[in-house]
Amino acid sequence: MKNYDKLIFELSRPGRKGYQLRRNEFGFDALDNIPAELRRKDSPELPEVSEGDVVRHYTNLSNKNFGVDTGFYPLGSCTMKYNPKINEELASMPEFAGLHPLQPVETAQGALEMYYNLQQALANIAGLAEFTLNPYAGAHGELTGLMVMRQYHISRGDTKRTKVIIPDTAHGTNPASAMVAGLEVVEVKSKPNGSIDVEDLKPLLDDTVAGIMMTNPNTTGMFEAEILEIAKLVHEAGGLLYYDGANLNPLLGKVRPGDMGFDIMHINLHKTFSTPHGGGGPGSGPVGVAAHLTDLLPNPRVRKMEDGTFTIDTDDRSLGNVSTFLGNFGVMMKAYAYILSLGCDNLKNVGPMATLNANYIKESLKDLYKLPIEGACKHEFVFDGLADKSTGVTTLNVAKRLLDFGFHAPTIYFPLLFHEAMMIEPTETESLETIDEFIDVMRKVAVEAAESPEILKAAPVTTEISHPDETGAAKNPILSYRSLKQQQS
Amino acid sequence: MAKVMDDRRYAESHEWVKIEGDIAVIGISDYAQHALGDIVYVDMPEVGDEMQAGEVFGAVESVKAASDLICPVSGEVVEINEALEDAPETVNADAFDTWIIKVRMTDAAEYDALLDAAAYTQLCENE
Repeated sequence: MKNYDKLIFELSRPGRKGYQLRRNEFGFDALDNIPAELRRKDSPELPEVSEGDVVRHYTNLSNKNFGVDTGFYPLGSCTMKYNPKINEELASMPEFAGLHPLQPVETAQGALEMYYNLQQALANIAGLAEFTLNPYAGAHGELTGLMVMRQYHISRGDTKRTKVIIPDTAHGTNPASAMVAGLEVVEVKSKPNGSIDVEDLKPLLDDTVAGIMMTNPNTTGMFEAEILEIAKLVHEAGGLLYYDGANLNPLLGKVRPGDMGFDIMHINLHKTFSTPHGGGGPGSGPVGVAAHLTDLLPNPRVRKMEDGTFTIDTDDRSLGNVSTFLGNFGVMMKAYAYILSLGCDNLKNVGPMATLNANYIKESLKDLYKLPIEGACKHEFVFDGLADKSTGVTTLNVAKRLLDFGFHAPTIYFPLLFHEAMMIEPTETESLETIDEFIDVMRKVAVEAAESPEILKAAPVTTEISHPDETGAAKNPILSYRSLKQQQS
Repeated sequence: MAKVMDDRRYAESHEWVKIEGDIAVIGISDYAQHALGDIVYVDMPEVGDEMQAGEVFGAVESVKAASDLICPVSGEVVEINEALEDAPETVNADAFDTWIIKVRMTDAAEYDALLDAAAYTQLCENE
């Protein structure tokens, strides 16, 4: 079906029905326990549709999606690697999927063992002492990690440490998380090659600094070669080092953040560990800390007892709870399945393959696209638009044109260091054939830009929606069926 | 190449300042609007706010990014361009004809220290 754009509410017809409720397994009606005055008086206006309506509706909607299951997704800094189906299979086993977070621990030993083992595996990979898997996603992990940083200084009576140093190439979530954690953001400049300027950092390091947030490799895809010097300076000034795990993929099993001097980090399981990313994921943002910070990790915690059984524990020294229970359990199952199916040796091949793929694309295109930073990149790199700027064709035009060839666009206009930034990350899971096809298309688009720029300005022409009204959407978003109805009336 | 007007001066952070008596009329340059892309929101201060040169007086949000607006001169905000609340895209249409705030200057020397058109053109070419 072409151009399907219905909402399920619009399919609703009074009295139409396509469900059968399961037999009540509990021997009582939960409604009996809810006082009459708290029950709703009106029906909830759920859509009334047949089973066929529902199946067609969601199948048509899913056909509008682009994902790693449909094509190449070189979205820089997002690590859109393939999500193996065995992950889904294991996570959806009824023995795990049917668990209730409040059931007695002795009936959930396998689940707790998985949590504990995954936590240990991540600690080994990160070179840190202990992880909490409770944070629900990357930004939540950042917030949790910064709360650990803040709590560390407060617990030592050092309350004047409220500043977090963040490089100007950082992911936008870093300063946002610092603000939410009640800390003050101080920006440190990067050099033209994208690395932190150590000379610019030094004068910022006084006794009000809580720590620094970095990602390594940074968002230009380059390794921060001076990391050991930076770690020494920050630690000498009494601050802590936070590692944003968004760019962990190239280092997996090769370089450990803990060995670089980082005290706290988060990992995006939905990036590095192949769990679904985008479209609601859901994500998972485990936070790891060095040995001197483990007491502060959030509650609840999974502990291994001396007799080999597992229990859920709380600790008074903890900064408190950041989640209702133990986080997005199903996502942890998928990441654990990924780690075990690859095993230690194959995990160590992830980074080199991702790095090789990125460098291969970079070297194959740098005659037609402007490469602002020469040299070997890690898992991703940044072009500053087309090499030939005279055509007036922008990075946005190139990105839109890629959609016509069935590729997802790279990350564009980030990092802000380069005006026409185009950030490309192929990951390790793409074949040489796919990558060569992408390179061919990128070359073809560059030739089009020179010969017939009007094609690029009109692109995309094969997608259902060509040029959405981005200004209108930002100024006047319609976010619910209710507000759509209000607009129409 | 972006347009630069020689009837006004420029800050390194891409705001322009035009003098009308003791009032500094402030907007963003054509180069800045072009770099930002489609502008969807302009955040402005309140009339009566006191500004120091170098202080953030608002922000411009585009479909690409949000950028702080830096006040190039010190003084009191005497007027804001309320039309931008409903039509921020006019900054894209003509950045030099679309002012954002007017400030009653307390130190005329701050204006003289800003970049002239030639120096600003040079700055844009080097970016």
